[in-house]
Amino acid sequence: MSSELADLYQEVVLDHGKRPRNFGPLEGATHHAEGLNPLCGDHFTVHAKVDGGVVREAKFEGSGCAISKASASVMTGVVKGKTPEEIERIFDRFHELVTEGPGDGDPEELGKLAVFGGVHEYPTRVKCASLAWHALRAALAGAREPVSTE
Amino acid sequence: MIAGSTRATEAAPRAAAARLDVAGVRAEFPILKQLVRGKPLVYLDNAATTQKPRAVVDAIRRYYEEDNANVHRGVHLLSERATRAYEEARVKVGRFVGAKDPREVIFTRGTTEGVNLVAQTFGRTRVGPGDEVLVTGMEHHSNIVPWQLLCAEKGATLRVVPVTDAGDLDLEAMAALLGPRTRLLAVTQVSNALGTVNPLPEIVALAKAKGVPVLVDGAQGVPHLGFDVSASGADFYAFSGHKMYGPTGIGVLWGRREHLEAMPPWQGGGDMILSVTFEKTTFNALPYKFEAGTPPIAGAIGLGAAVDWLAGKGLDAIAAHEERLVAHAVEALRAVPELRLFGTPRRRAGVVSFLLGDVHPHDLATIIDRQGVAVRAGHHCAQPLMQRFGVTATARASFAAYNTVEDVEALVRALHVAREVFA
Repeated sequence: MSSELADLYQEVVLDHGKRPRNFGPLEGATHHAEGLNPLCGDHFTVHAKVDGGVVREAKFEGSGCAISKASASVMTGVVKGKTPEEIERIFDRFHELVTEGPGDGDPEELGKLAVFGGVHEYPTRVKCASLAWHALRAALAGAREPVSTE
Repeated sequence: MIAGSTRATEAAPRAAAARLDVAGVRAEFPILKQLVRGKPLVYLDNAATTQKPRAVVDAIRRYYEEDNANVHRGVHLLSERATRAYEEARVKVGRFVGAKDPREVIFTRGTTEGVNLVAQTFGRTRVGPGDEVLVTGMEHHSNIVPWQLLCAEKGATLRVVPVTDAGDLDLEAMAALLGPRTRLLAVTQVSNALGTVNPLPEIVALAKAKGVPVLVDGAQGVPHLGFDVSASGADFYAFSGHKMYGPTGIGVLWGRREHLEAMPPWQGGGDMILSVTFEKTTFNALPYKFEAGTPPIAGAIGLGAAVDWLAGKGLDAIAAHEERLVAHAVEALRAVPELRLFGTPRRRAGVVSFLLGDVHPHDLATIIDRQGVAVRAGHHCAQPLMQRFGVTATARASFAAYNTVEDVEALVRALHVAREVFA
């Protein structure tokens, strides 16, 4: 495998893609949103349970490629215990990572999200990595319509 | 192909067809000579768009460098030359598909525009409340949505011919669905997602027996099989230039003259009128009635060159080459462990659709691309067909005259890389 491919499909990404965490319905969820990529048909629903201004739990359902599934899987873990404002800041950092690469920022800051550092080499896959994030942000913002990557 | 060709619309390529000089063909496509991702380019996304031979690129460049002017208006020499080249392209393209009269050849932006034109003119005047429009379960979105819009506007119903597990149309069901309220049948010549070649003579006969006009989507059919509009019995035939070695932005709608004469114009503007006052506009004659505004002149000239190129190579020779290649691809892909082919139609042209284990086709296409192989991954603008097969997307390899057995081997090698990544 070429090094760029290995960067994209890191062990952790493949593992999360195959065995996604936080996958399934979420009882007592307060927020839901659908995310749709009309170009490839990837389709997720993200559920979140918000209590006291903090996301206590997040889960997702649906189907998509390894990158979109792994991203949803890692995201639903990362956002636990965070406020919507904190989640926005993490998303900004994540978006920078998948569009421009790791850069000079502190890798610690990204935590588990750092495994998506190879995505920026694949511009057509940025939407895969961002889909669940867009859905979660829409859910927290109270969106009623599915969000689309287009 | 020349005018009056007797080649049957659905005849299998003749065994006697001259063998295509594939190395010679490849040499005419400079784009194929490049490395992508450090590997020789293997272009297997021809159902999306084909590459263009030098003859087509040269024709467009020559037009812009030597003849560029607007058509049908200037009395100056350049306009005369541009008009002549544009109209010659119409004659060539008409001849290529067996049109009896070049006035039946309407230049459009592509297949999609052709279908919309028919839906918005022929359809709007023929379809009313309670009527039905019949499409099939293997249509591209562009041969579904224009009819859906029409049905919604008119209070009509869209009916769908089912697709069998093999990926063929269920003709018995089609016969039953063709009823007294059916106002039009819209059917593809070749499925862009499965490669199924539909038995059009049989289908047209079924429709004609019920007095139902037929629109054929030729986007995927014309580059592989050609078509004889006059012999086919069809009423409309729409296709795109860019899938048959021509430029993007140009396509053709062929229609029976009596229909085209009776249809109201679609878009209004220059070129489609004879005279305009604020009280009344008199529309131009065919084909200009349907060509409002400055047409894609360079596109038409490029398409004319593409048709010359195809005729020069021989459509039968190209079809025979592609048929061998696709048969080889099907065999080679079947030998890849965990590979699942979609559709085993009675006859196939140009396209093989597949999935590998539980690897998502987008991941597959990304990995394959890194090996220099371009395939399409997605729903192929045929979501109802994907749903029919219980998937959201597939990977699709599609072939053209310049593809080789080595291209198939490169695809198979790339698939093995994908298996390693997702082992």
